[in-house]
Order: sequence, then structure tokens, then C-alpha cells
Amino acid sequence: MRLIKLLLFFIGLAPILVFAAADIKLDKAPIDTSDNASLQRGAQSFVNYCLTCHGASYMRYNRHQDIELTNQEISERLIHTGQKVGDLMLTAMKKKEAEEWFGVVPPDLSIIARSRGADWLYTYLRAFYKDDSTASGWNNLIFDRVAMPHVLYQLQGQQVLDVKSADDGKGGSEIKKLKLSVPGALSKQEYDKFAADLVNYMVYLGEPHANFRKKLGAIVMAFLLAMLGLTYLLKREYWRDVH
Amino acid sequence: MSKQENSMMEWIDKRFPMTATWRAHLSEYYAPKNFNFWYYFGSLAMLVLVNQLITGIFLTMSYKPDASLAFASVEYIMRDVNFGWLIRYMHSTGASMFFVVVYLHMFRGMMYGSYRKPRELLWLIGMAIFFVLMSLAFTGYILPWGQMSYWGAQVIVSMFGAIPFIGETLSNWILGDFMLSDAALNRFFAYHVVTLPLLIIVLVFVHIIALHEVGSNNPDGIEIKANKDPKTGIPVDGIPFHPYYSVKDIFGVVAFLIVFCGIIFFVPEMGGYFLEYNNFIPANTLQTPDHIAPVWYFTPYYSMLRAVTVNFLWIDAKLWGVILMAAAVIIFCFLPWLDRSPVKSIRYKGPIFKFALTLFVISFLVLGWLGTKAPTPLYTLLAQIFTVIYFAFFILMPWYSKIDKTKPEPKRVTK
Amino acid sequence: MADSSGEMNSRRRFLVLATSVAGTIAGVAVATPFVLSMMPSERAKAAGAPVEVDISKLEPGMLLMVEWRGKVVWVLKRTQEMLENLKKIENQLADPSSEKKQQPAYAQNATRSIKPEILVVEGVCTHLGCSPVFRKDIAPADLGADWLGGFFCPCHGSKFDLAGRVYKSVPAPTNLIVPPHTYLSENQLLIGSESKESV
Repeated sequence: MRLIKLLLFFIGLAPILVFAAADIKLDKAPIDTSDNASLQRGAQSFVNYCLTCHGASYMRYNRHQDIELTNQEISERLIHTGQKVGDLMLTAMKKKEAEEWFGVVPPDLSIIARSRGADWLYTYLRAFYKDDSTASGWNNLIFDRVAMPHVLYQLQGQQVLDVKSADDGKGGSEIKKLKLSVPGALSKQEYDKFAADLVNYMVYLGEPHANFRKKLGAIVMAFLLAMLGLTYLLKREYWRDVH
Repeated sequence: MSKQENSMMEWIDKRFPMTATWRAHLSEYYAPKNFNFWYYFGSLAMLVLVNQLITGIFLTMSYKPDASLAFASVEYIMRDVNFGWLIRYMHSTGASMFFVVVYLHMFRGMMYGSYRKPRELLWLIGMAIFFVLMSLAFTGYILPWGQMSYWGAQVIVSMFGAIPFIGETLSNWILGDFMLSDAALNRFFAYHVVTLPLLIIVLVFVHIIALHEVGSNNPDGIEIKANKDPKTGIPVDGIPFHPYYSVKDIFGVVAFLIVFCGIIFFVPEMGGYFLEYNNFIPANTLQTPDHIAPVWYFTPYYSMLRAVTVNFLWIDAKLWGVILMAAAVIIFCFLPWLDRSPVKSIRYKGPIFKFALTLFVISFLVLGWLGTKAPTPLYTLLAQIFTVIYFAFFILMPWYSKIDKTKPEPKRVTK
Repeated sequence: MADSSGEMNSRRRFLVLATSVAGTIAGVAVATPFVLSMMPSERAKAAGAPVEVDISKLEPGMLLMVEWRGKVVWVLKRTQEMLENLKKIENQLADPSSEKKQQPAYAQNATRSIKPEILVVEGVCTHLGCSPVFRKDIAPADLGADWLGGFFCPCHGSKFDLAGRVYKSVPAPTNLIVPPHTYLSENQLLIGSESKESV
């Protein structure tokens, strides 16, 4: 038994060792996919800023009926490319051009929130800083030397990296912080909200049926619980025979 | 039964043994009356198999086994096909739950000695099902053609390259190309939807026939057939499968469905364990993700693969890893002959076996957990320790099961 | 109640019945998404979306072919003479007043159309799905002296007039189908939908 306890101790220790290695903490994205107003704002920003270079090529425009937009509103507000409401949200940029400009083809964003996670996206959108050593002139705190320029800099303003070497006597670690050097059109709170809406939308975009799934799930669970009681009574009734 | 039904059954029975089959396998198949919680998992495995077959057929209707279309066709199912998301989650959750249920089913067999005489062949057929299940899971995981599909398959197929002399030719033969590509995707699709499902259906059928021939084991590990009512010839501790175990299993099915649907509807990714985050990125042949790990049900074996870091004898570390990994699965087949204890069930076995089995379960879980992590020197050391424990459980069994202090088995089954 | 052993007492009967009913409901509920998954997907619906057609350049007597949901839809601008001929052959037709539901209510009239001169019909023979040929020539050798123009199906010889109405004694049982359509403006025809809302 002592050996088992020792082993359990090691197992318990392991996660601590893992997290000690993670360097930059992601900010928690304040998202709520049942907030249609936020999703609509996010959708608007998405088509205005992201869709120029990134596609969301598994998503159909008319799917936005989920977030309480009518076909009329969708074609007026979201479609800038003369597509039909039933069409996929393809980007106008050609792959070859993109490769010439950025060196890589911008990834499709349909399910980016499912691979990266909301917190990563939320942090990423707020962690661009000016860096003259990169091709685009921009860098990102959680995506080193990212090919994407800071598309939203007019809103956020320009940030610069502020490295403080925290000399704790044990070899000195670095603390990286971002400072706003040139303010943008939005205040910090406004920009954070803007990013939150956009990330909220991308989470929705990753799994548009998610809200319906949970609603259906609640009905299914209620039915199954009732059925559990019923089948338990049935089982008990028959098993009264067994001595 | 009404008169018409009677004559109808007569008509059928003269041409097909309907009533006889019903009796032999359900209403007059006598199962021990002391089945406990652990005896639900056989019927649940069957349920999950049916779920996989049906949802699989419907997924096949919209899936495209083509490297340039596969990823998009999965998203097409998730978004454009009516209720496609539900069918896909049922299939992906079913894959993981299949292993949950089968691992518990196997653990049950290990606890109560269900592999012992006269059930050795039953156990071996079960192991064959387990091998086919692993192949199904592997071939199925490639189909979405995401990053994890691609690189996971790459790692597994590279293992065949470790085999001396024929390795490279063999892996080219398996892939139909010099690398993992469309050709492999297409043929793995064929295995996943035709070959392996056919095989597993046949094996499950044979498994049940074998079970009904020898009769079910039970938590006491004693043979109920040894104690029959002299008048009727029915085991005194047996009860007809139908209705008693059919109603009990229906209850078990509903309880299982609550867990199953809970995952499907509320946490279909299961924290990245059932659907890995990196698999939402299309396969990129030029870029390996930062951290690759197989799906959770393969991680114990994956840990062992990585645990070997030194060359030994004339064989290099890579091949040892592959051998160890294969041995870790195959060694289960020898259980019927490794166990020398005079009793079957853990209830009457001594403290050494209880300790050994506990340690084995811990090592299986720890290896599984380590397999999901990126290797560090500490983790590799842990993996090595637990790999040794894992194998020691089997290899030392002939010795410790013999010297262990056992309790006498009862004459009749207990509650 | 030891005497109830193996018997179907009333409580047992009730529970079996209740579980069976619940199980049947569950079975139907589970089957529903599978059945629905085989209906046209969102992609199919998008591909089958209504089609806008500009008919400003359509000359009288000219036939325009439009693809909608993988089928050919004919848009024919009939001349005054063609319209008058429609009345002359009514006694040769199987369903001259379009009583069978082969058209929306707004096309159940003498010309089977919204605007009298513009005919919109699916170019799919109601017999076995071939596409008939547009034959506006009057009294040709192969179709007989009383042919006043119409559609002739080369597969099995079915004949339709210039309103897509089927002749008597031909294999095709019914008139050609008029698909749902509407006019977005004077010359802007929308095939596949009756609602003017932007789609």
C-alpha cells in the first residue's frame, strides 16, 4: 500500500511540473454564445476585417439565421462580394497572391476556435506589437513572428514590447509586457469588448449548432432519466422472483 | 399467443429453428443469478457496436475518402447535412466509449478469472475482437484527415518500417505510396467500412456462440453447471437470461445512454480526449503539430513504444519499442495459461493477486496518462518503471498465483 | 408476493407495457435524425436556390432554357398567333383546363402562365423524364397536318402544346409541370420561388 501511495504522490505531482513549463498565460475570453447581439457585432467585424484574407469556407451565409438575422439583413450587412445567401463564406483573396504577400496562405477560420480555443484567440487579437525586425513590421506575444500584420491597429493603436529582466538571483528570467505607444480609435475597454465579440462569433462559427445541441440534449436527458426510473422498476419487479 | 401466431410460428419452425434459437440463447439460457455491476459491459459493447455500424453507414453517405476532400466533407457533415453533427458525434463518442466498455469488460474477466478453463477459447476470441477493434479505431481515426489523423497514422505506419529487412517494402505496401497519402486514405477507408466491420460482426457472433456453449462465469468464479437440479437438469444457481437479464440489461443500457448522451450533447470533444483539438486543422504534410499524441485509448501502448531508449542485444531501441508495444497487447492472450491459482475469482484469491492487479491497473492508467504528455526525462523514466510493472504482472503470474494464499470457494454462488 | 413467481401479474404487465411504449418513442426519436439526414443538405438547397432570369431580350417565339435544380426550365415568349392557336386544339388535349395539380394556382388558367405570353414550364416529359423538343413549325411531315406547334418527346412520342398541355392518346399522363415562379420586376423572372423576398 505504501508503494501505491508513493506512486499516487508522483502522479499528483506531475501536472504541477507540466504547468511550470508553460510560459505565457492566456487571458480568459469573456464569451457567451447565447448573446445574439454580441454574435451579430462579431459577425459584422468578422466580415469587415477577417474575411478579406481568411475564408470561413465551411460556413454558409444563411446559417446566420441562427443568430437571429434574416436573409435580408444577411445580404445587406454581411455579404460584400455579391454572393448569394446560400453561398459559403469564401475569401476574396487568391491563394497565390496571399502566398506572395504573406509567405503563407492565411488559414481558414471556420473551425479555428475549435483548434486554438477561445482564450488563445482572445489573447492573440490583443497581443500584437510593433517589431521592425519582422517582414510585416508586427509581431505577437503568443505567436512569435506571425506572418499576419496587425489588421486592427487602427482600432487598438500600436503596442510595443517592454521587457523587464526580473533578476531574482537565479539566472534572471524575463517578464514581457505590452505597452500602448500610440492610442487607436478605441479605448482599451472598447477594444477588449470588440475582441470579445469577435472571438464569441468565432466560437459560434466553429460549431453553429452548439446551442441547439445543448437544448436537444436537455430534452434527451429528461427523457432518459424518466426511462431510467421506469426500467429500474421493471427490473426490480422481475427480480423479486430471484432468491 | 393466439392461435394464428401459433400456427405462424409452427410454419417458421419447420423451416428455421426460430423457437429453438430463442430458447437456447434467451429464454432457456441459464446465467448465474449473481451477476454484478461488472456484467453490464458485454451487452453495452454490443450496443455500442450497433451504434457504430448504423452511424457509420450514414456517415459513409456523405464522407469523401479523398485526401483533398476528406476534411471538408467531415465539416460538410457537421454543418450542411441535416443532423449530421449528431450522427458524427454519436460515431466519434461511440469510438471512445467502445474502448471504455471493452476495457471494463476485459477488467471484469481479469478480476473473476473468466479466461480460465473452460473459457480459454472464449477469451481468445475476445482478444481477436479487441485487435479488430484497435484496427477499426486506427483506420477510422485517419479518415477526417486532420493533423492528428495524418501524423498519428504516420507514426504508426513508421513502426512497420522498424521491422528488419522487409520494413521499408512492407510500409510501402501498406501505404501504396512512398509516404502517407491519398492512396492510403482510400484503402484505410475500405478496411474501415467493409473489411473490419464484417470481421468484427463475425467474431462477436462467434464470441456469443462460444459463451453460450460454456456458460457464463460469475463473480464467485464457480461453475453453476456443476450443481444442477436432479429433476429438471437446470443449474440451481441459474436463471433464464430472458426475462431476468434482458430487463436488467435494458436498465443498464439506459444508464449507459445517460452518460453517452451527456457526452454527445454537452461535451462532444470531452476536453480534447475524444476529439483532439489539433484534428480540427486540416492535414499538413509539411508541418507536424507541436505535440502529437494518439487518442486516449492507445496512449498506454504509445507510452511503452516511447519508453525504450536504449539498444539492447542486436536490436535497436525503435524496434524494441514496437516489439514491446505489440507484446503488451498480445500478452493478454496467454492469461489462461499464466494463472496457476486454484481459484478463479478475486474474491477467493490471496493478497498478492489483489496487490498485483491493483498495481497493474495503476500502471495501465499512468502509462495512459503519460502517453498524452510530451516526453521529458522524468516522464520517460516513469514510463519505463510502469512498463516493467505492466509486464511483471503477466510474467510473474505463474509464480505468484501459485504461492498466493487462497480462500476456499463456496459450493453455491453468493450475493 | 412469493406466489407471483414467473407470472405476469398486473403490475408487471403495466411496467412491460410502459417500457415498451417508452422504448418505441425512443426508437422513433432516434430514427428521426437519421431519416432527416437523407433529405437535401444545405449545400443541395443552396445549389437548388431560385434562379433569376432576365427576359428583356427574349423575342416573341423564342425559347430560353434555364437550369434550376439540375432540370431544364423553358421560358417561352409566345406570339399572338401561338396564343390563339391554344384554343383551337383544346378538343385534342387530355387536360385542357389544367385541372390536375401540375401547376401553382396562379398558372391554372387558359395560358398556364402569369403573363399570358410568357410560358414557364419544366422541360421534363411527365412520362419518363426525357426532355421534349421544341417544335414550333406548323404541320410538319412527321407530326401531321393538324400540328400547330408544341413540344414533342423523342423518347416515346408524347406531344404537348405550347402551354405544356399533353395531347390525348400519348404515353405521358399529365401536362408539363409549371415550377413556382414570380416576377421581381417587369423583365426580371425568378424561377423556383413564389416569394419576392431576396434569396
